[in-house]
Amino acid sequence: MPRLVVEGVSYSRGSQLIIDNLSFGLAAGELLSITGQNGIGKTTLLKLIAGLLIPEQGAIQLCHADNGQILTPQSNHQAWLGHRNALKDTWTALENLLLLRQLRSANEFDPLKALSMVGLFKQRHQPVQTFSQGMKRRLALASLLLTNAPLWLLDEPQNSLDKEGIALFEQMLARHLEADGMALMASHHALSLSTPNCRYLTLGSSS
Amino acid sequence: MILFWRVLKQQLDLAYEHKTAWLNPLLFFALVTLLFPLALGASTSNLAAVAPGLVWITALLATLLSLETLFRDDVADGTLELWCANQPSLLVYAYAKLSAHWLLYCLPLVLISPLLAYSLHLPMVALAVLMLSLLLGSIALVWLGAIGVAITTGLKYNSFLLALLVLPFYVPVLIFGASAVEITTQGLSAAGPLYLLAALAVLAVTLAPFAVAKALKLSTS
Repeated sequence: MPRLVVEGVSYSRGSQLIIDNLSFGLAAGELLSITGQNGIGKTTLLKLIAGLLIPEQGAIQLCHADNGQILTPQSNHQAWLGHRNALKDTWTALENLLLLRQLRSANEFDPLKALSMVGLFKQRHQPVQTFSQGMKRRLALASLLLTNAPLWLLDEPQNSLDKEGIALFEQMLARHLEADGMALMASHHALSLSTPNCRYLTLGSSS
Repeated sequence: MILFWRVLKQQLDLAYEHKTAWLNPLLFFALVTLLFPLALGASTSNLAAVAPGLVWITALLATLLSLETLFRDDVADGTLELWCANQPSLLVYAYAKLSAHWLLYCLPLVLISPLLAYSLHLPMVALAVLMLSLLLGSIALVWLGAIGVAITTGLKYNSFLLALLVLPFYVPVLIFGASAVEITTQGLSAAGPLYLLAALAVLAVTLAPFAVAKALKLSTS
C-alpha cells in the first residue's frame, strides 16, 4: 500500500513565500482537502506534489507503507486533473477519453462504461466543442475511472458541475478511497462525503 | 508506441478540422515564390540563377511561420500539464508532435516545390535534388526549430524571440540546401551537401526531442 509523505516543503514565487515548511502524510484510503482563500497557493501545493514544480526545500515522496521503498517514477502512480480539462474540442468524447486513458497507467475498466457512469454515453460520438462546461468536466472526471493510479491529484474537481454531478464525483471519490486509493484535492466546495478518512488542510492559517 | 500513434492521429485530426490554419504556410510558400517572377522580370536566366536560394528561403520562412503555434494550444488547454504530471518523460509527446508537424506542414511544401521551382525556370535535372534537399532540410528545420519553440512557449509575443533564437541554427541547413541545388544546375554532383543535410537531419531527430521535452517541462513550471 502506498503512502504519501510531504516533509518540510517550502516554496516561494519571487520574493513571496507561498508555502512555508509544510509537512503532512497521507495514507491509503485517505482524502486531504486543501482549502483556503483564492491565491493562497492551493494549486501551487498540488503542483508541487505532482512534481510540476520543484520545492525549494523539503521532499515529497510516494512510498510503500510497509518497507518505505520509494515509488519511482511518481508520475506513473498518480492521476492529475488540473482546473483545465485537457480535452480537444474537435475530437469526440470517446476519442478524448481513450487518449486520457493511454496517458495514465490504465486499468481494465471499460471506457464506454465510464462514459455511461458520468451520463455521457449518448454523446460519446459528439465532438467536445458541443459540450457544456459541466459536461466537459464530467468527461475529464470519467478518465479517473480508467486508471489504477493510487494517488489522485485534483484541482477544483467540482468546478462547473451541477448537483447531480457533484454527487457522482463524491461517489467516485468514495469508491476510490474504499479501494485504498488516496486523493488530494484543492476545493472551495464542502464535501458531503460520509467518510471518516477525510481531512482538511487550510492554507493561510498556522495549523 | 500506442500513445505515439494516438497523438499523431489527434494532431492530424485537429489539422483537418482547422484547414485554414493548416493551409497558411503552404499558401505563403506558393504566393511568395510566385511573386518573385513578377518583381524580377521574366528573364529565364535571371530567374533560374536565383531559383535555388529563393525556393529554399521561402520554404525556411514558411516552416518558421508554422512552428510558432506548435505547443500553444496544448499549453492553453492543460494538455501539456497533464502530460508532465502523468508521464515520466515528454519524449513520446515531443516525437509525436514533431512528426505530425512535419507531415502536416513540411511534406506538402516538399511535394509542391518542384512545381514552383519549375515556374522559376529551374532546370529539370535540379528538381529531384531540390525535393530531396528540402525533404532532408525540412526535417532538420522542424526538429531544431522546436527547441526554440519549446523554450519560448509560455512567453507572450514570442515570434521575434523565436526567430532570433532559431535562425542561427537554420543557416547551415539553408547553405547546404541551396548549394546542393545550385551545383546540380552547374552539372556537378550534389552528393556532398546532401549527405551533410542528411547528417544534420539525423542529428536533429535524435537529439532535439530531449531538449524539447526538458524545455517544455520547465515552461510548465
